[in-house]
Amino acid sequence: MSNNAVRDGGRLSMWRAAWVIARRDFSAILFSRSFIFFLLGPLFPVVVMGLAGGVGAQVQNEASVADVGIAMQGEEIDAMLAARAELSQQMPGSIPPMVELARLNPGEEYDARAVLENAEGSLAAIVTGSLDAPVLTATQGRVQRWQGTVGLIAGHARSTTSLSYPSVGTAVVGTSGAAENSGRLRTAQGGQVLLFLLIMLLASMVLSNLVEEKGNKIIEILAAAIPMDAVFMGKLFAMLGVSVVGIAVWGSTGAAILYAGGQSLSDFANPGVGWPLFFLLFALYFGMGYLLLGSIFLAVGSLAATVREVQTLSMPATMFQILVFFFASLAVTDRGGVIEYTAMAFPLSSPFAMVARAAAEEELWPHLLALGWQALWVAIFIRAGASMFRKRVMKSGPRGAKRSSPLKALAGMFRNSSNPAA
Amino acid sequence: MHMATHDFSPAHDGTRPLAIEARGLVKRFDSTLAVDGVDISIPEGAIYGILGPNGAGKTTTLRMLLGIIDPDDGYRRVLGADDPQDVARRIGYLPEERGLYPSMKCYEAIAFMGALRGLPLPEGRKRGKELLENHGLGHAIDKQIRQLSKGMAQTVQLLGTLVHKPKLVVFDEPFSGLDAINQGKLEVLIRDLADRGTTVIFSTHVIAHAERLCEGIAIIAGGKVPFAGRVDEARDRIPAQVRLETRNSDGPWAAALPADARRVGDFWNFALPESGVEPLLKALIDGDAGIQSLSIERAGLHDAFVDIAGEAAARDMVTQETGEAA
Repeated sequence: MSNNAVRDGGRLSMWRAAWVIARRDFSAILFSRSFIFFLLGPLFPVVVMGLAGGVGAQVQNEASVADVGIAMQGEEIDAMLAARAELSQQMPGSIPPMVELARLNPGEEYDARAVLENAEGSLAAIVTGSLDAPVLTATQGRVQRWQGTVGLIAGHARSTTSLSYPSVGTAVVGTSGAAENSGRLRTAQGGQVLLFLLIMLLASMVLSNLVEEKGNKIIEILAAAIPMDAVFMGKLFAMLGVSVVGIAVWGSTGAAILYAGGQSLSDFANPGVGWPLFFLLFALYFGMGYLLLGSIFLAVGSLAATVREVQTLSMPATMFQILVFFFASLAVTDRGGVIEYTAMAFPLSSPFAMVARAAAEEELWPHLLALGWQALWVAIFIRAGASMFRKRVMKSGPRGAKRSSPLKALAGMFRNSSNPAA
Repeated sequence: MHMATHDFSPAHDGTRPLAIEARGLVKRFDSTLAVDGVDISIPEGAIYGILGPNGAGKTTTLRMLLGIIDPDDGYRRVLGADDPQDVARRIGYLPEERGLYPSMKCYEAIAFMGALRGLPLPEGRKRGKELLENHGLGHAIDKQIRQLSKGMAQTVQLLGTLVHKPKLVVFDEPFSGLDAINQGKLEVLIRDLADRGTTVIFSTHVIAHAERLCEGIAIIAGGKVPFAGRVDEARDRIPAQVRLETRNSDGPWAAALPADARRVGDFWNFALPESGVEPLLKALIDGDAGIQSLSIERAGLHDAFVDIAGEAAARDMVTQETGEAA
């Protein structure tokens, strides 16, 4: 082209064009009424889960009360109850509550099975027989759990001498190798789940945004003025910005709830790279994962003309992402193995695998490498998606575009083809 | 490939450089050849119409000229650039399918469209407000697009197309959906743009608009351009029609009439002879035909369209014109 053309009115640079789109989308979403619902949306399940958890715990608490009844001769019952009281002081929480059911005369029979089957309330097992030969009647699970305990109590009860227990001195440490490993594993898994949920929740917003754009019929104006890559980038980064606002709100709320509950980060296992870097890497991997999935969703959006088509086409992409997530989860259990390295190398699972690694390992250089690798794939995905979008959306006049089916469109992608002109 | 050259070429006189020059543009979609070797030359400052029925390839041609899609073959040069996107900031484009963000305020929508073409946002807002005031939409400056009537929204988009003061404006079916009053206003606006040196290109399937406005036209039918040139060149392809009324119905003077002369009621209709009307007039007077009236009617663009694109394409155009008027 001539130098004059460039000097007098060349095209906008890619970044400036993307900025125009991102600024419009970001402010349009942020200042819309629906944004407040978007912010509150994820908090509702948290509140519901919290309430449900509280109620559930209460129910569980009440349901877990299970008494062991005793039907023996009078003095043996007294001895059993005394032994139980003594042992429960040494082993708090491990000795089940015991209640007196019947004081039997010598030689008197007691049908524990019938009593248990007809019993109401919290009676879960019955001890009959004698201190020398106690018999425990209960369900299989409770028999396994309490058989030893009942023997211990009976043995303690028949002892003629009073036992004294030495006082055990204690020394408390912050953690141990086993505790740290399992704690980091939990942090890694928690980080992956959180990352997955956030990405799935937020990346799908790109899709609806694009469909809205097509509905507004403004896409051709954008395509005529600036490169499609810039449109893609602008949209992705605008939604990333919106996501960051959302995460900041949700994160602050979550932190406030934890703080109000008397918990702090020191209650959780320290990640390999430390908490500050872990948060930073989490944010970066969220960004990368979001951009990767978002660019795929944008490409999907380019194939669809209606919301229904979007739902149909995005389902395989979503299912695939769930598989990728499971794959990355599997990698957590294969540290240093083939699965972990494959998960780190495969672009879509890489952010999940690397978040887990940040929780488990101390080294930083693999993260720099991974971020560069993921950024490369983001660029490739955006380029490919924009190219497909340009071919699909601008291939025909308005009527032609509406007629074409997504399936045909999908096939067309691989043939580098399109529809009749207007 | 079709490679005939149809230059609309005031540029050839050396006084007006070309705003657009396209040669042999080809675009194929699946097995359909949508555009087949389009050649167009449009000088700067011209009003140029692209005529053809729906499906002829008008939109695809415009999209190729604007760089929205790339041609499979051929080349185009727009405002001196081989890639139209390189001069995107000097181009304004109003697509056939109008689109605006419903929640945007009018002046913001105009500023946004300007920003897409490199106009700083504050300047775009300022110009947007001025344009809305100047076009009778001052009351709607702060209204959201969704609050406007369809006609008002179309005007806002039109202003957004022009806010960055482009040197080349491309309208795809700009008259579609407008009522007669707004069509008239748009015609005035297009003439005004051309008077200020802006090149205006529009596609239409309504011949009357092109006939009233355009200096040059390209007729597209079936993806080909059978004619591209000045409007008067198109009309000159068909000889003018002579309509003669005589007092005497017959006489020796009748032998002087051309062989294709047909009598319809009191009138004779025939094509203007190549020798002109003077020898015929002499024969009629000498033969005492008793001339009551004689008129020479130049062919209209519609007749030229029929001659160039064929009856079928013309029928489509007529149908659409009628439908639009209805």
